[in-house]
Amino acid sequence: MSLSAADFTFVSGLVRREAAIVLGPGKEYLVEARLLPVARQAGVSSVAEFLARVQQRPEPGALSGIVDALTTNETSWFRDREPFAALTESVLPQLVAARAASRRLRVWSAACSSGQEPYGLAITLQQFLPAGWTYEILGSDISHEMIERARTGAYSQIEVNRGLPANLLVHYFERAGAHWRITPTLRRNVSFQRMNLAAPLPVMAPFDLIFLRNVLIYFDVDTKRTVLRNVGKLLRPDGWLFLGAAETTIGVDDSYERVAAGRTSAYRLRTAVPAGIAGKG
Amino acid sequence: MLAIVVDDSRAMRLILRRIVGQLGFDVIEAGDGKEALDALAGLDDLPQLALVDWNMPNMNGLEFVSAVRADARLREMTLVMVTTESEQSQIVRALAAGAHEYVIKPFTAGAMVEKLALLGLVPSGVTI
Repeated sequence: MSLSAADFTFVSGLVRREAAIVLGPGKEYLVEARLLPVARQAGVSSVAEFLARVQQRPEPGALSGIVDALTTNETSWFRDREPFAALTESVLPQLVAARAASRRLRVWSAACSSGQEPYGLAITLQQFLPAGWTYEILGSDISHEMIERARTGAYSQIEVNRGLPANLLVHYFERAGAHWRITPTLRRNVSFQRMNLAAPLPVMAPFDLIFLRNVLIYFDVDTKRTVLRNVGKLLRPDGWLFLGAAETTIGVDDSYERVAAGRTSAYRLRTAVPAGIAGKG
Repeated sequence: MLAIVVDDSRAMRLILRRIVGQLGFDVIEAGDGKEALDALAGLDDLPQLALVDWNMPNMNGLEFVSAVRADARLREMTLVMVTTESEQSQIVRALAAGAHEYVIKPFTAGAMVEKLALLGLVPSGVTI
């Protein structure tokens, strides 16, 4: 990905004017990453094309979309509630039944950004799993910076306001100066590793549950196919894969089948789904 | 839908009015807990939502929350504390007193919308 100096100057100037937020040098990657979904939504395939259009014909909606993307999309806790609701309503009961012998679950939050998703999954499992069960959660991201942040398990006041119910805040966090830190009990079940999903993945034991949300949108079809194939090798035959609401395996990788999970959809390896149980999506 | 914003800061009342107004709420305002209880006593149709500051003159937010929870007529109202008080023990106290949610100032409009979505007062995924 590459953002021209002129485009970066345009975006950083706009965000400084509109939101008093300074995007210093080195934030080109952030701008590109945050604006790609906005560009796609506007019907163009690249950030450069999107910014060229916006600069030619500045429209208030497009300008505020840029500002929002760069200022207000700190990762929320339990982002898009449906996948988490699906876990407790549908997926975890099935996994608990299937893993009654080992009483152990392995979960991967791929592209975990600053860690809200893996810690949110840890909270969900902590609340749901019967006594005597154990779980481990791996959070991975391509960014060293994000992995280091996520490892600290510390979040600002503004970050803990985002989608985190107050009762969970007081149960699973401790005040640490101006920040809130995930409790050690929870942190010890969550580990982090830098990983490029488009490159060959490290050797890992397979997972019962993989959250791969809002990341395929950044890739072209060939890369999506590679990522889904790599991820599929790490999904247990009866495991579950969750993608972002705007993402699908359909037309990209036939080895998955979309199945109903609560009020949303998840994906399972085709051979794993007994006929007649899962509704095709 | 109706909301009551209880805060002694006029500027904060304005910010909250604007946020919940954009979500379709009509808004009434009160400068402290006592004023809010007086306003509610005169209403036939009660608000579904109260956004309540903690530190206010006459009657503070915690006292207001307790008073609302003790009053059968008001008990159905959803109570959200919106305050700079950020100690863990204070959040626990507010929840124990009957607050449904707790938003720590400063907050973004998005954070408030997400809290209201948690409470089922706006559909999940709504942005303003």
